[in-house]
Amino acid sequence: MHPQRRRRLALVLFIVALSSLGVGLAVYALRQNLNLFYTPRQVVAGEASTLARIRVGGMVVRGSLEREPDSLAVRFRLTDGDRELWVRYEGILPDLFGEGEAAVAAGHLRPGPLLEADQVLAKHDENYTPPEVVEGMKAGHAARAAREAAGQEATSQPNAAEDSAP
Amino acid sequence: MAERRWQWFHRLASPPGFYRVSGRWLPWLAGTSLALLAVGVVWGLLYAPPDARQGNSYRIIFLHVPASFLALAGYYVMAAAGAIHLIWRVKLADVVMSAAAPLGAALTFLALFSGSLWGKPTWGTYWVWDARITSMLVLLFLYLGVVTLRQAYASRETAGRACAVLALVGTVNIPIIYKSVDWWYSLHQPATIRLTAAPSMHPDMFQPLVVMILAFYLFYAWVLVLNVRAEILVRERRAGWVRDLAGEGESE
Repeated sequence: MHPQRRRRLALVLFIVALSSLGVGLAVYALRQNLNLFYTPRQVVAGEASTLARIRVGGMVVRGSLEREPDSLAVRFRLTDGDRELWVRYEGILPDLFGEGEAAVAAGHLRPGPLLEADQVLAKHDENYTPPEVVEGMKAGHAARAAREAAGQEATSQPNAAEDSAP
Repeated sequence: MAERRWQWFHRLASPPGFYRVSGRWLPWLAGTSLALLAVGVVWGLLYAPPDARQGNSYRIIFLHVPASFLALAGYYVMAAAGAIHLIWRVKLADVVMSAAAPLGAALTFLALFSGSLWGKPTWGTYWVWDARITSMLVLLFLYLGVVTLRQAYASRETAGRACAVLALVGTVNIPIIYKSVDWWYSLHQPATIRLTAAPSMHPDMFQPLVVMILAFYLFYAWVLVLNVRAEILVRERRAGWVRDLAGEGESE
């Protein structure tokens, strides 16, 4: 390669390496601030500010959703699998919001701790399935559960062996 | 021997040579990309099954994901062209870089806009400052920066070099966009299509998505070639071969 071109190639590599290093260090320094939300565990541990508006993300605990009869106010618990946090919200929930689904709530922390949310967003996952497949899976699970229940009642050896076979 | 091996390359890399050769690619690129686009749109929007949770609103994925793919891939095209221009001073590379910038900006805007429309019915908001969306907005500004930086210089030579440096510095953003959903907590879901694992999508939905991605790649190539040809004509408007070309057009 021509020495001048070699020098320019080195310059190009230097630009890319140096800017990557700079941005990499900046991103590393900001790593906590780049998270969109806190987990309930972080909030319970006191890592989130009690003054600023914060976001908390997690799974809506099944059976925790309570609606007030004459208003849009709702209460539910968010969990990260370890700790749980109560959230209070008054407003319209997104269509995809539901128990057992992920959600991100934004608002201010109150003693308790309880998050007084002014915004609730639903978070969906990267899986896409047609409804028939989901229905089929539900029916399959139900059939399997029924079969297992019947197998336990009968407690007969051949039936149990049939169930465990692949 | 070595001379002859590189002859086709030099012919292709010279603006008039590229203009002549690329004219033969245009009908193929146009035909295949438009045909695949038609197939993908009809298949994805009419025949693919709805999603169990999102219903029909997920169908915007057939536009959103291909546009995002090309917004990222197009940046590498622009940055690579910039590097080639910086190192080897290939004129055509500078033309490709200036043609790729507005195209990439349009695709990035399309990805952001379609994502925003998708966000309202699923997440409950048009916009959220999470790492994926913010880094994508930075990509839009990088593209627009390259477009405007070129116009800021009187000399084409200086403008080309400055744009190439900006494009190269911006490449660090591409892996950040790609990994943002894995590195940080974000509202945007992780990738459905991965190189290392099977797609987390039913085949009936995945197949039209693949068609749309292929269609977008071909469409990108088609529009890029069109942009490059137009830019070549503008830059070489005083050259003899362009005058001849224009003369031919008049006499016909």
